[in-house]
Amino acid sequence: MEGLGQALWSALRLLASGDPTLVRIVLLSLAVSLSAVLLATLLGLPLGAALAVGRFPGRRAMVVLLNALMGLPPVVVGLVVYLLLSRAGPLGELGLLFTPPAMVIAQTILVLPIIAALCRQAVEDAWAEYEEQLRSLGASRFSAALTLVWDIRFSLVTAVLAGLGRASAEVGAVMIVGGNIDGVTRVMTTTIALETSKGDLPLALALGLLLIALVIALNAAASYVKGAAQRRHG
Amino acid sequence: MILPLKAHELTFAVGGRTLIAPLSLEIAAGPSTVIVGANGAGKSVLMRLMHGLLAPSSGTVVWTGDNARRRQAMVFQRPVLLRRSALANVTYALKLARVPQAERVGLALEALDSVGLAPLANRPARVLSGGEQQRLALARAWALHPEVLFLDEPTASLDPSSTREIERVIQAFDAAGTKIIMATHNLGQARRLGDEVLFLHQGRLVERAPVEQFFSRPASPEASAFIKGELPWV
Repeated sequence: MEGLGQALWSALRLLASGDPTLVRIVLLSLAVSLSAVLLATLLGLPLGAALAVGRFPGRRAMVVLLNALMGLPPVVVGLVVYLLLSRAGPLGELGLLFTPPAMVIAQTILVLPIIAALCRQAVEDAWAEYEEQLRSLGASRFSAALTLVWDIRFSLVTAVLAGLGRASAEVGAVMIVGGNIDGVTRVMTTTIALETSKGDLPLALALGLLLIALVIALNAAASYVKGAAQRRHG
Repeated sequence: MILPLKAHELTFAVGGRTLIAPLSLEIAAGPSTVIVGANGAGKSVLMRLMHGLLAPSSGTVVWTGDNARRRQAMVFQRPVLLRRSALANVTYALKLARVPQAERVGLALEALDSVGLAPLANRPARVLSGGEQQRLALARAWALHPEVLFLDEPTASLDPSSTREIERVIQAFDAAGTKIIMATHNLGQARRLGDEVLFLHQGRLVERAPVEQFFSRPASPEASAFIKGELPWV
């Protein structure tokens, strides 16, 4: 236990020092994960809403598939994106492998099913409550879907936060497509993995603590905004 | 005019259970029609079939004239309001009805005024009291000045003073020339608001009579038993 206490102490000192390398790693982590969540939200909410109120062949199968994809293994996603972006791959000409955009792509793929599937469930529940009223007012399925997404926006915050949790905690995919290159694609989770294997436990622990603190802070902010808005709009 | 409404050999069954037995009727403009009957008699189903929210298993519902769908509205037992202001709930309905944007707010305020909610126009709809919410639902239905207004047990979950308010609003709409078709199992309400009574029993239209005649001299044993059960002191 002494080792852990010591590591904790040096971790706090390191955080207090504001080391520029550390700051860069943290900022890149935030940029990558928040971009991925933003993209996945823009794609996932319409997809989820369409699956919730749409009536087309194969819908049930798509819902099952989407739910299953919530558990996509990050390393597998990393591998597939790696193959797509590698020099010999179909998208190799873009030259994105081992760059932050590649990491954003991989994390977007991981987060998209989570946001879409949770949105689908929330919109479907709301549809059961609103359907008769909206149809009575003459809403088409499409406009009803838009209305529902906007009306349950506070519940959808939870779906987005679940996606953010996935993105910020993930290490396998960004490790493979980013390459954990110092100063270029090194993020918090890949640094933690690397420093732990090197034996630099204080740095690994410091980053671990910081990561947890950041996730808590983002969730607290979202929860505060959601609560305030909900009190206002009922 | 979209009335008279003609239902011919209308049936509705779900999962082998017949909710509406073959039923034919014609509803004319003018006197308000109250549909009474015990729970499960088929009042709500019949109104939904007429309003077009349910498709009949067999038989037809025919309105007179074109565009009948837009010239009728329905208020449900539990109002479904969107998470926006009272005013925005009404303008939303006007937008769905393709009312030009410039006219929406004026019409909506007028409708809110007719139910006594003008002072609360900017309140979030979901924080209004139960009675106010139902009055807002009435305003939303009324904003389009429908020729026919369906009401499905509009006061079933309200206290007596809210019920009186709602009844006053319904009487005003009736006086303004809108045809009221209301389901209720509150016989006092049926007497106060109805001109003619449709009595449903187990999915069949058992009796149709002017309101005073129905209560003083019911023709069928089912209606007599129902009135006795509901108003044992008569």
